[in-house]
Amino acid sequence: MAGRRITTAGLLTRRQQTHNSINGARHETSHHDAGRRCLIFFHDRYGGECPSRLSDSSIDYVIPFDPGGESDVTARFQEPILEDILDVSVNVVHRPGGGGAVAWSEFQNSAEPDGYEIIGVNIPHIIGQPIQRSDAGFDTDDWEIITFFHSTPNALIVPADSPFETLDDLVEYARDNPETVTLGGSGTYSANHLDMLRLEQEADVELTYIPFTGTGPLPGALEGGHVTGVFNYTMLGVQMDDSVRVLAVASEERVPALPDVPTFQEEGYDIVGGAYRGVAAPAGTPDEIVEVLADAFAEANERITDEQEPLGFVMEYISGDEIDDVIDMLAEAYGPILEEAE
Amino acid sequence: MEMLLQALASLMTFESVITVLVGVSAGLLIGSMPGLTATMALAVLLPFTFSMEALQGLIALGAVYMGSIYGGAFTAILINTPGTPSSIATTFDGYPMARQGKAFEALTAATLASVVGGLVGVAFLLILAPPLARLAVAFGPAEMFWVAMLGLTLVASLSSGSLLKGMLGGCIGMLLSTIGVSPVGGETRFTFGFPPLQGGIELIVALIGLFVIPELLTMAAEGKGALPREGDFGKREASIRQVARTVFGKPVNLVRSCLIGQIIAIIPGAGGNVTSLVAYNEARRFSKDPESFGKGNVEGIVASESSNNVMVAGSMIPLLTLGIPGAPPDAIILGVLLLHGLRPGLDLFTETGVLTNGFILSMGLAALMLLPVGLLGARLIHRIVIRTPYYFMVPCIAMVTILGTFSLRNSLLDVAIMLTLGCAGYFLRLIGIYAAPIVLGLILGGIAEQGYVQTMLAAVTDPFPWLRLLSNTLSKVLAAMVLLGVATALVPIWLQRSGRLDKASPDKRGEP
Repeated sequence: MAGRRITTAGLLTRRQQTHNSINGARHETSHHDAGRRCLIFFHDRYGGECPSRLSDSSIDYVIPFDPGGESDVTARFQEPILEDILDVSVNVVHRPGGGGAVAWSEFQNSAEPDGYEIIGVNIPHIIGQPIQRSDAGFDTDDWEIITFFHSTPNALIVPADSPFETLDDLVEYARDNPETVTLGGSGTYSANHLDMLRLEQEADVELTYIPFTGTGPLPGALEGGHVTGVFNYTMLGVQMDDSVRVLAVASEERVPALPDVPTFQEEGYDIVGGAYRGVAAPAGTPDEIVEVLADAFAEANERITDEQEPLGFVMEYISGDEIDDVIDMLAEAYGPILEEAE
Repeated sequence: MEMLLQALASLMTFESVITVLVGVSAGLLIGSMPGLTATMALAVLLPFTFSMEALQGLIALGAVYMGSIYGGAFTAILINTPGTPSSIATTFDGYPMARQGKAFEALTAATLASVVGGLVGVAFLLILAPPLARLAVAFGPAEMFWVAMLGLTLVASLSSGSLLKGMLGGCIGMLLSTIGVSPVGGETRFTFGFPPLQGGIELIVALIGLFVIPELLTMAAEGKGALPREGDFGKREASIRQVARTVFGKPVNLVRSCLIGQIIAIIPGAGGNVTSLVAYNEARRFSKDPESFGKGNVEGIVASESSNNVMVAGSMIPLLTLGIPGAPPDAIILGVLLLHGLRPGLDLFTETGVLTNGFILSMGLAALMLLPVGLLGARLIHRIVIRTPYYFMVPCIAMVTILGTFSLRNSLLDVAIMLTLGCAGYFLRLIGIYAAPIVLGLILGGIAEQGYVQTMLAAVTDPFPWLRLLSNTLSKVLAAMVLLGVATALVPIWLQRSGRLDKASPDKRGEP
């Protein structure tokens, strides 16, 4: 059994792995040492007073989705930069399940408000799930959202050989043939689904939404012609640019990676929406700490713009009071649709 | 061609070869531990690949992937516990062989089959990627429904003994698959107001619980190890050459299993979890002596292990050409590609062709590496399993199992679910309901549901919506295969029962 046990110790959890690789052996970090690191992190704001958790000097950055997804890839970009700025190690921890709800409910129930535990949050998930589910286990507001660092606007995408050349073509066809246009998307009452429902309302047509589990299966659905088109994020349009046509994007301005694609507003439909990704700290985390973290994420954003923009991400710098504005705006846009659906 | 040579040259550096060697060995160890899956092996490795160049990172991931899928066979054979879901079928004949003292033979056969499977997968990926990718996208919701149904017909052959009990197991599995947020529609089901249950029952958690825990309880209850000591290795050890003769002496089985592995690998969502089961089933169906399967027939191991290693490179086809991850570990490789600014698609084979071909070839190298690493590892692990008394073995495995389960999603609830299912599984096994059909139901329940509901949604304006399920040739062919599968499973039983086929199973009836 010896071989087996050695490797297990080496493997324990990815969290510890990352930790070891960055920080040297975890157990060698003395309490004194940890305290000193903490001081560096909070020195300016607290005048040397370290609020809590002397024993652990690393930030747990929980990703409530599987590794490999957009949230994870972004966190991987941010991780080394955050470590550089804050001078603490940052561990990306995955806690997938229930479209994010499992991690969010656990976080709101048990995370310590000391700035060392943060979690990825996504709009509209955090707005939609508490309305949709009686037992989502978390509230839209029960935390301190640090920042939203990027958004991925929705986009209406059809295969390259589709008869629909423009958004108008598709809308006209849908008007004559209610419910026959099938649009795939990621998840139910997700950003994709909600904005498709808004398109139905705005254009006064009936479409059929086919939910898929995540973005993964959508390229296949497009290539195989299993749906008329998909209502997904701009990134898919960028990724598949030689085999699809993007009819419109749901952003206020055109997306840098897709300069030729009109916005829905240009086409006469007032639809601005998509997924916003950000991070939150537990409710009760001191404002100073939230600010330090918000600044760090903004700095990280600056440094990864060149890598993320070509993929179709739109960099955002939403923090402080703007956070409530964004949530209110989207809650207002989606709320009635969600309530109606229930 | 020039690109291929260039890629080969970039692979033939000391650094690359060492990366592959280390990757395969690490993957093997991780894969051989129950609860630590290929997906997790890749996730653990991920942070280390950031500091590497794109090619080195991909080589490391490919090698670990190959090693861990193969490593699953070790525990499957030695302690009747699949290390990864893709080696479930390896337990059926591998463990009986081990109990007969032929563990080393079984391990060698698994190694040879894995090497062949790995190489075949790489060959498919190099030569046939574009046409196979086109086949992959033909599988829409309706087709996925039939694929799942086809998979469920396996229950008949997995339910050693009573068909009814097998189906009961399948139903339990499908019911378990409905816990949590529904795949289409998004409503929460069977959470009983307990938010953490929204995450549902993770396949691996159920797999570990249902396979490992009953095995441990049995070991503890009977007070003896997984393998009888008298079968001690070294005494009746078959030479590698002998085993090779058995494995390659029946090329039809090998070829068939590789083809099955490749076809299923490209179906997005079905992934490697089912490949080995389907290949095993077909090996048994076409065998002249189907009764010997499940009792230690080496062909069963060959079918299972060759097909699941084809899947490693095979599932890269939809990933590299279309960006569709065919199996869960592929999603991580997709993330790495994006991280290095590489977009799946034709560019990957032209503009960055050297890199892509280097990656593909490195998987071939990894497959070859399985031979020395695997044979050496097989000796070591086999010796350890046999020499370790059960009262050390049981707690050790239990520890690894609990740690592995926890680290899947960093969830204590998963550990509780694993233990609960494990204890339930022990008693179910006592009444003849085995783990394999339950796990199969769990894997396929969600796929079937999703395919069916999506098809019905798309057909909302049709007069007969369910006709959509048979709207094209592929779905009709699949439906016919399901019917055939059911027929070949049920007709012999019916004939036997009505007394029209006296010789069907002489060992059971014992009639003159």
